[in-house]
Amino acid sequence: MDNQFRLGTLAPEKLQQNFAEVQPGLTPKAAMEESNRCLYCYDAPCIKACPTSINIPSFIKRIATGNVKGAAKTIMESNPVGASCARVCPTEELCEGACVLNDASEPIAIGLLQRYATDWAMESGKPLFEPGPSNGKKVAVIGAGPAGLSAARELARDGFAVKVYDSKPLAGGLNTHGIVSFRLPQSVALWEAEQVANLGVDIQTGITVGKDISAEQLISDNDAVVLAAGMGNVPSLGIEGENLSGVYDAIQFVESTKTMANAASIKLSGARVAVIGAGNTAIDAATCSVRLGADNVKIVYRRTKDEMTAYDFEYDFAKQDGVEFSWLTAPKRIIGDSEGKVTHLECVRMVLSGNGGKDGRPVPVPVEGSEFLMPVDAVILAIGQTRHNALIEAFGLRHDRGVVIVDDVTKQTSDPKVYAAGDIVFGAGGGEAMVVSAAEQGKQAAKAIIGKFAPQNHVII
Amino acid sequence: MADLKINLAGIESPNPFWLASAPPTNTGYQVQRAFEAGWGGAVWKTLGDPIINTSSRFAAVNFNGQRVAGFNNIELITDRPLEVNLKEIYETKKRFPNHAIIASLMVEPKREKWHEIVKRVEAIGVDGLELNFGCPHGMAERGMGAASGQQPDLVEMQTYWVKEVAQTPVIVKLTPNITDITVTARHAVKGGGDAISLINTINSLAGVDIHTWNTIPHVGGKGAHGGYCGPAVKPIALSMLAECARDSEVNVPISGIGGISTWQDVVEFLLMGATGIQVCTAAMHHGFRIVEEMIDGLNNYLDEKGLKSVTELTGKSVEKYSNWGDLDLNYRVVARINTDTCINCNKCHIACEDTSHQCIDMLTNEDGKNYLQVREDDCVGCNLCSIVCPVDGAIDMVELPSDQPPMTWNERQSAIAALNAQSTEVEVG
Repeated sequence: MDNQFRLGTLAPEKLQQNFAEVQPGLTPKAAMEESNRCLYCYDAPCIKACPTSINIPSFIKRIATGNVKGAAKTIMESNPVGASCARVCPTEELCEGACVLNDASEPIAIGLLQRYATDWAMESGKPLFEPGPSNGKKVAVIGAGPAGLSAARELARDGFAVKVYDSKPLAGGLNTHGIVSFRLPQSVALWEAEQVANLGVDIQTGITVGKDISAEQLISDNDAVVLAAGMGNVPSLGIEGENLSGVYDAIQFVESTKTMANAASIKLSGARVAVIGAGNTAIDAATCSVRLGADNVKIVYRRTKDEMTAYDFEYDFAKQDGVEFSWLTAPKRIIGDSEGKVTHLECVRMVLSGNGGKDGRPVPVPVEGSEFLMPVDAVILAIGQTRHNALIEAFGLRHDRGVVIVDDVTKQTSDPKVYAAGDIVFGAGGGEAMVVSAAEQGKQAAKAIIGKFAPQNHVII
Repeated sequence: MADLKINLAGIESPNPFWLASAPPTNTGYQVQRAFEAGWGGAVWKTLGDPIINTSSRFAAVNFNGQRVAGFNNIELITDRPLEVNLKEIYETKKRFPNHAIIASLMVEPKREKWHEIVKRVEAIGVDGLELNFGCPHGMAERGMGAASGQQPDLVEMQTYWVKEVAQTPVIVKLTPNITDITVTARHAVKGGGDAISLINTINSLAGVDIHTWNTIPHVGGKGAHGGYCGPAVKPIALSMLAECARDSEVNVPISGIGGISTWQDVVEFLLMGATGIQVCTAAMHHGFRIVEEMIDGLNNYLDEKGLKSVTELTGKSVEKYSNWGDLDLNYRVVARINTDTCINCNKCHIACEDTSHQCIDMLTNEDGKNYLQVREDDCVGCNLCSIVCPVDGAIDMVELPSDQPPMTWNERQSAIAALNAQSTEVEVG
């Protein structure tokens, strides 16, 4: 059977439907009921569990009392990308995981309430914040993702003239391009970027720092620079056949599904897809494949479920989407036909050796002679992300294999004028690379810059 | 299953659940539906000269998402001709001979008017009469309802007039819109009332619409005070019931009314001196079927307590209701937090810290786990922490042994007086 004949694209309506947001928002009545269930704890553990320290009991009380604008403002005050975080935060591990009601009844649906309030703000179009009076200082922010926008927002509110540079045509970074639209519609991330732009922040898209504008120039033209360029694409696996047609980089793959026009060009309807890796990006690539009409989607992972880095809810979601998991399986080679199209993935079975590896995890070891061929029409690589070494070096910053070294609190780099936040400072052992952490780091960098130039604002009375 | 039958001043009823005189007892259709649902009695919506009602007329007070915590109305007595009501009372009584039908009456404070209506109503066969001296709105402006009920001598006189001709037991329904309800209760008894019922509704304004600035409810942009009822008024009703129940001059049975919605409420009213109870708002909120849950709950409660009859409950808590001056000043409780059950919401801490006696400490144990602890020496036993605690059993109010014998404020005052008298004698001597 020649599979290539079957491959195609779904009808636009079907595609639209498949990529529409999965989780429905709360109805006003449900939001009222849920918010009234909140105990309004004092010194609440949910606040402490939120990297951006949103005053959760306060915003929930505001919803309960019909002050949704106040609720939205409370959220966005602490977290400039609070609408995205309402959708993508691993709430079970953060705020909701800390809710005191976990053992008493059921934790408050904080994420959904946060979405309810921020959705209201989006729909109402009412401005929540104002720029501060100009202080004559200029800051350049590289990257219009969660960390960059967060830093820019805080600086603009304090009177800094902020210019944000992003190489993509749209602002929002990972939120706009990298998170599947059925979890986070692009419109949400774009609204957040627009909120920042509305404070007078000049967001320059389609500009690549290091190419269109030099690092030196940015440093000399500005009083401070915030480097928030995120991470790069998926690195090469280093196996044969990675250049075949039908092999995708998971990040680029997800990105192309964010607009329906691009999604329509990916011919995966009826296809057999293998996704290499078992992190959240792998899950995203797998569930996107299903929604593009793939017949069979397998996640190929050399370790077991216990070692996978995807969140439990992501895993459950993939299972519900019909994604299969091939544990203890490693790719050895991608095989193509005479036309250069993928036909098979050669895999080998693995076992976990009890000896801990460098990161303390069991080491997967191939089982000799267990090689087998998996017939596939597409292979999606989701084995991590590359770093922006060249950019970091252009700024002359100290780094550890592409992870910029910064002060824990101020996010100041080895160059006192340059601060760094978000995925560009995320390294192994540094917690999780979450949108909400990036937002917090952006805030911290902004706070340090504000403290440096406007110390009068921070006098303790 | 215990016996639920009651006899209130001679009015017999298969159970203590009566519908109060109100919108639910407006017609024969409604009362018959209620009896079919299980209600033991109904006080027919007040008869008198038919009135014209307004639109709108009801409003609810919601609290924290809970609907109808309180209820308010500006509806008046019956808006249907007396003959129609009498015909339907007759038909209903014929269909339900064992159920109690009490006619609520309201007329001008004129002897012949009372005589006339009592005779007409009793002629068609009712089990008793209830005199409405409570309706606080509309009728009061015409000198009836609460306008009568607020003048103890008028209550007494009108009760007397009714008793001059009444053949059936007479219940006098009291208004809470008064300084001391026992004064009117005593006058009702002096006038010959066979029983009293309380409370009627409390003067109220349910709310103001913060968008239109109209009152809630409003009639074409204007509002007037209404009568408040529903769960929110229960504590007020219970206290007025208790005051009457412990008053030796109010030696007649009492029909308890005011915010009763559950079987527990019923038990409380009976314990505090009621022989039977009347319900309105709960039926308006949930329909007549709510009585099924009340009857079942009451039955199970009585069985569990080993009581054979519901009448055994009546008045059992009355002697526990006293005056502040009779409370033991040396009795002491303190709060104790059960760290196993506590969920660390810290609501007790902040309530105590901000608004009570600052005696709940937020601490961290050796494992870095947070816990709360009461400094018992500083705790005044006010109950606030256990009130705000959302988890049952997380805070106990624990009785402490007292090193002093019990002493009330009254006893203390007389002891001081005695000492003063002694010292004066010494000085004089």
